[in-house]
Amino acid sequence: METITITMKNAPALYLEADNITPDTFAGKTAAQIAGLHVHEGNATSTLGKYFEVSGGAGATAADTKIVVKGDVSRVKYLGFKMSAGEMVIEGNADQYVGAWMKGGKILAKGNVTAFAGLAMKGGELTIEGNAGNYLGAAYRGDWRGMSGGRIVVNGNAGSDIGMYMLGGEIIVNGNVDVHLCTHAEGGKVIVKGNANSKVGGQMVDGQIIIFGSIDTMMPGFKPAGEVELEVEGVKAKFSHFIGDMGERHKKRKGQVIYANLYKKI
Amino acid sequence: MSEYLIKNGHVFDPVQGIKGDKKDIAINDGKIVDKVSSGAKVIDAKDKTVMAGAVEIHAHIAGPKVNLGRIYRPEDKLFSCTPTKGIERMGGGASIPTTFKTGYEYAKMGYTTAMEAAMPPLFSRHVHEEIRDTPIIDEAAFPVFGNNWFVLEYLKNQEIENTAAYCAWLLRATKGYAIKVVNPGGTEAWGWGLNCLSVNDPVPYFDITPAEIIKGLIEANEYLGLPHSMHIHPNNLGNPGCYQTTLDTLKIAQGIKPKNKFGRDQVMHLTHTQFHSYGGTNWGDFESKAKEITDYVNKNKNITIDTGNVTLDETTTMTADGPFEHHLTGLNHLKWANVDVELETAAGVVPYIYSPNISVCAIQWAIGLEIALMMKDPMRCYITTDHPNAGPFTRYPRVIKWLMSAKAREAQINAFKHKDKVLSQSSIGTIDRELSLYELAQMTRAGPAKSLGLSAMCGGLKPGMDADVAVYNFNPDKPVANPEDIEKAFSRCAAVFKSGVQVVSNGDIVSNGQKRTLWVDVKVKENPQVMRDINEKFIKYYSMTQNNYEALGHHFVPNPYAIEVDATQ
Repeated sequence: METITITMKNAPALYLEADNITPDTFAGKTAAQIAGLHVHEGNATSTLGKYFEVSGGAGATAADTKIVVKGDVSRVKYLGFKMSAGEMVIEGNADQYVGAWMKGGKILAKGNVTAFAGLAMKGGELTIEGNAGNYLGAAYRGDWRGMSGGRIVVNGNAGSDIGMYMLGGEIIVNGNVDVHLCTHAEGGKVIVKGNANSKVGGQMVDGQIIIFGSIDTMMPGFKPAGEVELEVEGVKAKFSHFIGDMGERHKKRKGQVIYANLYKKI
Repeated sequence: MSEYLIKNGHVFDPVQGIKGDKKDIAINDGKIVDKVSSGAKVIDAKDKTVMAGAVEIHAHIAGPKVNLGRIYRPEDKLFSCTPTKGIERMGGGASIPTTFKTGYEYAKMGYTTAMEAAMPPLFSRHVHEEIRDTPIIDEAAFPVFGNNWFVLEYLKNQEIENTAAYCAWLLRATKGYAIKVVNPGGTEAWGWGLNCLSVNDPVPYFDITPAEIIKGLIEANEYLGLPHSMHIHPNNLGNPGCYQTTLDTLKIAQGIKPKNKFGRDQVMHLTHTQFHSYGGTNWGDFESKAKEITDYVNKNKNITIDTGNVTLDETTTMTADGPFEHHLTGLNHLKWANVDVELETAAGVVPYIYSPNISVCAIQWAIGLEIALMMKDPMRCYITTDHPNAGPFTRYPRVIKWLMSAKAREAQINAFKHKDKVLSQSSIGTIDRELSLYELAQMTRAGPAKSLGLSAMCGGLKPGMDADVAVYNFNPDKPVANPEDIEKAFSRCAAVFKSGVQVVSNGDIVSNGQKRTLWVDVKVKENPQVMRDINEKFIKYYSMTQNNYEALGHHFVPNPYAIEVDATQ
């Protein structure tokens, strides 16, 4: 695997939309060609080379390409946008849409990311060592197709509306999450090791939520369904089981009505 | 204005019966002329196809429900934005494009006139503001009448003259073009939680049937002698077995003769016929009844139709058939928006994905094509996608490809997941007809122009007509090696002229033209009763006053083109 390093040397005054910073676009290009790729700052279009120093070389394919992003990219959006393979390491904090619509490969964000990370993600691995913003693994505004595959791990906390309209895949948050976890979800699995704020699983029709800490206020649409012992991420524990959201339409599978499952550690 | 000479193109013009002959088309001062001076700018159309600008007879491209779609579907703009380019402003949206993108996309495909198919009268000002902001193409809008309280009350008492006087007043107030009917009586019945699924279901409170509304509005239309006929979206749209309701609707026109000075021969235009040609009793035994419908229309010359082709895309359905949209959201569980328009109509919006992996969608695709291929007279059947209901209008080149190439149809059939079901539930696999360019010109130019009563103005290349001309990179002398070439050629014109102004060059917009709003100004005998009724309804029921109702003046209709009709005789 070839490694290409881009280092922020001339930080943008406005936010930079850099949907070209992906192994798929970089693959097969020289450092000079990569520096010539377009980015948008506000309504002005310029080149990646205006902001970043590019060194190293890309592999022949996305799978052979590892991108290391250095310097302050806290004003850079769309890192790893739609990537299908390869690797990306973001050393500092990044702005919105990290790994949005990604289909494969790995992203490691060592700092914090803001909203819409892993948006409508279909596959691959997204690891965030700091905190994540709102709408992690959710659907795009207005859309009903959220994250459908892959795995997101957040070591810190995550914001609100995590997994909105989630259809599949896994999200693991080691810290706490804010309100509206898994609203409208129709599949997938979200594990929160810390606490969740209110409105957990509102209008959820299928999928799983597992909470290790507390839930500020339970949704009235979730019904107690006893206690179960589960092994989650290598931890065996007893959980209270709830099914819901009883106010929503639910599919049937083999004559059985399918509900969303919410487990809270006792 | 400048002179142009489009030289050596293969011209297809049903108005003059020209079938691909090499001919020069001369343009001067906005009109097609016999000859131009030697100073005329020459456009080389050698090995290219030349047709009149195409005419869209039915699309939802302006107004509150289109805008509701834009507002509540931000995801429709995701990845479909087009940046500023030359004189082109930025645009966005795939199934519900912005006004600018709408104008540009039509023009780039060689369309120069388009009809907004359903204008809620109360929101005519909004419709006209969007029409104004849609560049290049001439547009008109059809106000909806089929669930209007005035119409229901007058027709209950068989008062054709009063109905006609009201229609004339409303056309003037809303700057409307034709009498549009959507699910007659059904949308109003929905106010009571009901619907009219046959032409004999009574409308609650008003105690009138859809059949009476349809017949009355055809008679009012012919009483006035409007350029277009009554334009109908019948009851029971989209349900298995609905073809029977469609036949019952068509039979209402039997024996009624057109009366107008515009050369129109029909008294009823049946729109998006595909949605009304379903057999079966449920989604499992759902089947095509395209043959039954086209057999009837082929025999009855006072009817024209458009197809409503399914394009197999993700799109946004929107219609004044409020109960249907509620039914649809129950089927696909996607988001639903709904509006009730006081005394007049309603509207609903629901996104829809016509998936090639779902057998019903694939059969719908087949039905739309069957209709176009089974109609014997291309002058009475027009290509539409009921944009955006069966697919975006930007897919016309793809529909043209399927209609012009049996090979392209076969490739699509083979790509369906439920191929066998498509072949057993429709006869698309047995049809080998391929439309000629001449038939295409009939179905997209001369035919719709005639049905709309615009045959003296557009849809042809006869000297004296508006200089609306489209030049395609398509050589009719060369056999088509790959059907994809057809789609490519009809997607982007080599050149397009609108009223003598070159608006497209090599697929790029080069001028925003002088777009006009067409409307119909009918003079009727003074009718104090109708004027009093209008006044009273505004005072008693409407949430606005009459002064705020009319679409008037430069802000709403900056460049009007009124078609005068005298119905006082």
